[in-house]
Amino acid sequence: MADHQHLKDHYQEARIFSHRLVVAALAIVGLMGVLIARLYNLQVIDYQDYATQSDRNRVQVQPLPPTRGLIFDRHGSLLADNRPSYTLTVIMEQVNDLDATLALLQRLAGVRDEELERFHKRLTQRRRPFEPVPLSYRLSEEEIARVAVNEYRLPGVEVSAQLVRDYPLNELFAHTVGYVGRINERELSTFDEETDRRYSGTDSIGKIGLERQYESQMLGEVGYQYVETNARGRVLRVLESVAPKPGQNLQLFLDAEVQREAVAALGERRGAVVAIEVDTGGVLAMASTPSYDPNLFVTGISYKDYKRLNESLDLPLFNRTIQGQYPPGSTVKPMLGLGGLHHRVVDMRYKVRDPGYYQLEGEERQYRDWKRRGHGHRVDLMQAITESCDTYYYDMAYRMGIDLMHEFGVQFALGDRTGIDIPSERKGIWPSREWKRGARGLAWYPGDSLNVGIGQGAALATPLQLAAMTATLASRGRQLQPRLVRRMGELETPMNVSEVEPVSQQHWDNIHAAMENVVHGTRGTAKSISRNLKYRIAGKTGTAQVVGIAQGEEYDSEALIERQRDHALFVAFAPLEQPKIAVAVIVENGEKSSKAAKVARRVMDKYLAIESELVSAVP
Amino acid sequence: MSGTADFQRRMPEASHDLRRPVSLLQRWHVDLPLLIGLLAITVYGLIVLYSASGQDWHYLKRQGVFFLLAYGVMFTVAQVRLQTMEYWSPWIFAGGVVLLVLVLYMGVGAKGAQRWLSIGGFRFQPSEILKLAVPLMVATYLSRRLLPPKLHHVIAVLALIAIPTLLIMRQPDLGTSLLIAASGLLVLFFAGLRWRYILSAIGILLAASWPIWNFVLRGYQKQRILTLFNPEEDKLGAGWNIIQSKTAIGSGGLYGKGWTNGTQSQLNFLPESHTDFIIAVLAEEFGLTGVLLLLALYAWVIVRGLWIAANAQDTFGRLLAGSITFTFFVYIFVNIGMVSGLLPVVGVPLPLVSHGGTSIVTLMMGFGILMAISTERRRVSIG
Repeated sequence: MADHQHLKDHYQEARIFSHRLVVAALAIVGLMGVLIARLYNLQVIDYQDYATQSDRNRVQVQPLPPTRGLIFDRHGSLLADNRPSYTLTVIMEQVNDLDATLALLQRLAGVRDEELERFHKRLTQRRRPFEPVPLSYRLSEEEIARVAVNEYRLPGVEVSAQLVRDYPLNELFAHTVGYVGRINERELSTFDEETDRRYSGTDSIGKIGLERQYESQMLGEVGYQYVETNARGRVLRVLESVAPKPGQNLQLFLDAEVQREAVAALGERRGAVVAIEVDTGGVLAMASTPSYDPNLFVTGISYKDYKRLNESLDLPLFNRTIQGQYPPGSTVKPMLGLGGLHHRVVDMRYKVRDPGYYQLEGEERQYRDWKRRGHGHRVDLMQAITESCDTYYYDMAYRMGIDLMHEFGVQFALGDRTGIDIPSERKGIWPSREWKRGARGLAWYPGDSLNVGIGQGAALATPLQLAAMTATLASRGRQLQPRLVRRMGELETPMNVSEVEPVSQQHWDNIHAAMENVVHGTRGTAKSISRNLKYRIAGKTGTAQVVGIAQGEEYDSEALIERQRDHALFVAFAPLEQPKIAVAVIVENGEKSSKAAKVARRVMDKYLAIESELVSAVP
Repeated sequence: MSGTADFQRRMPEASHDLRRPVSLLQRWHVDLPLLIGLLAITVYGLIVLYSASGQDWHYLKRQGVFFLLAYGVMFTVAQVRLQTMEYWSPWIFAGGVVLLVLVLYMGVGAKGAQRWLSIGGFRFQPSEILKLAVPLMVATYLSRRLLPPKLHHVIAVLALIAIPTLLIMRQPDLGTSLLIAASGLLVLFFAGLRWRYILSAIGILLAASWPIWNFVLRGYQKQRILTLFNPEEDKLGAGWNIIQSKTAIGSGGLYGKGWTNGTQSQLNFLPESHTDFIIAVLAEEFGLTGVLLLLALYAWVIVRGLWIAANAQDTFGRLLAGSITFTFFVYIFVNIGMVSGLLPVVGVPLPLVSHGGTSIVTLMMGFGILMAISTERRRVSIG
């Protein structure tokens, strides 16, 4: 080492070093200049761009879903409520390992297999980016706690509180109130931009019944908040917000007590009851049995439950009151009788001989009366309605002709939708020449008229139509469009009135008297319900033949026989002097119309009891 | 002291220094201007860190402890005589290289890289040792040779530098290995490496890069290199970090959004906000003004470091001081350059500001050496 040092020229080394130090210092100055120029470029020249970018980063607009309007019955009982519910959601964009996350959630929050299955189905559907996908609804406190503790292992998983529709009376109003369900892909595809905006933050929509009919009124107006979020999308603070406007509440004409009575009266049987308030056209009860629990649909029904409901022979999902089309049978006789009187086809003194059948002149065929030996030699209109004589009506129908019968019947809600405020109503059929030519391509034969005269043949009506017809009979020609909603928010819903052509009061009296006889007369077909009756009922029984179960279909034979029995029908209004309620009842395969009459009486009893209680309660 | 007269003849102004009374600071080997600069950066850095860590006292306390330790280490190192450093440097270097070899076989780490050694529950990065061991070794070697270095000395130095550099590259830790190589090469530069060597080395590199790019590298390797230099291509990976840090810096504007009010950093858009990307927090919250203040403080320390190098008593001190100071600047430049999108992201912390103990301790050890050089009294072993 020493050798080198002896040769070293320190002065020279120091000179070289100083020179290099100057070069280094210049390099530092130059490179510092580069840094400063870069920062100046970013922070001064491009400042606006980056400031905008930064704001876009942190500020997000979030929709605030409105609270859906509630549904009450006429006395204020809740039929559709919003209940807070804790939902486990997954934001797919933030999940690292979906399988591991789901496996962990299955252990922590008891996510069931069917929920997983539905979750995977939802994943395949269109959704907004960063939209939380629900995995499991109605978490318990314990499940929420377990998820919260493990939050660090579950990126993208959140427990969110939201309001979920709840139907406290379960299956009682499934068909009328309907239900909401998650917006599906088909519905989403029909949304225009405005609708899409209205539904941001809302993931359910009315599917059937009132929930669907009044969807836009009950939905409310979506609000917004501008929130500051971090890179994970977590909301840190709200900068500005526009509160959502809650949807409108619906108050119905329906009476939960009357409805409950109707369902109880139908019991295990398949059937339908529609009760209408005569003064307003408001529907007091609208029951279709069997029913189902609408709560099942709110957060997505399981495949198993849906299969069970959908494949049941009893058709629980089918709303018999507006979708069930039955031959009205003899229930149309008072209306037709009124038409016969009005058009002077018959009068109260006109009598028909009834050997048990009716024959058209020059025809072999016998049109049978339900009573094999007939109702006697001198059957008048009063007796024909009281005892439901078919032969009298064959005669009258033949002489009245289809055109008059059709024209008169359509004024009583037959053959077209009543326009009640729930969707999926069926039209029924009140036949005419045009109808037959259109539907069957055939000319009208006099025999067709005979069948229509007793409410059979091609004639079909929904229980709602029959109830509306009865209400019109009760109010002596004032036809009110049936409706369920009495008040929307603060507004009363309008009453749609149309008058039947002016019929003499004498005729009305006679028809009412005949209907009174049906219940209160000694030979009335519904006299069984007159016992202990504190008010007077005007009614009419009916039976409808069940047609069309094809031979050789593989049904359980006993069930088959049961299902081939006639349907029992009954229409009525009460009290006779000042009608308040009109009812139509059908008991499927009930065979005897008295079964339907008993149901109607229980409904009327209940309604009138509640009304008189209310009246007496007022000082 | 027999050679004093001869010495004075060659360096006439030295007599002034010799006669000057030894101050208290000099006795304790403290360079006051350097210390003031370092303290100012420390305080400023802690203020920024508090905000960058999301107002977490935990980080601040840890960093405070690191600084206390680091200042202690700095004062201790400052007491060591340069001769002692020179004597030990080959051993430190050799020890560091052995540890690097150990890292390859029994190191621990994360994300596919083995950088740490764990001995008796104490974890550290041997590569940190080399940040000082390499310049020490090269300075020791060159200060005993005739300068400017001859070609075979240059080759020997390059071999010395290559050993740790390649070992660290294997970990893999490209950023650190390049910085360590730079610290050694800087010594070579300050020793007067001839310009013709420098220029021909650059020439060879450029000439070699073309055939390597076209014939040696495969598609995915090229892609990786391209991403390194153009991170914004990869918007969700490396690009995300750069886009967010540029947004943070740019949105800071001239005066910033205010302390703890940086939305990019406080809302977690900025990755690594308290470590490698902390300059973006500073830029966002204090604006260009705040960055310029930090750069001014750094400049103060660098100028003082260069002054110490210029006034060092012998070649060893000069080379070491020059290399340490310039390396310090390289850290600053690389870090700010990468965060602002000028350079590829290589994982270099911002000196004295980023959270992290090892980096601070190593840096302060370097400043301890600077202080030792600055306060070294005349060595009269010559002649």
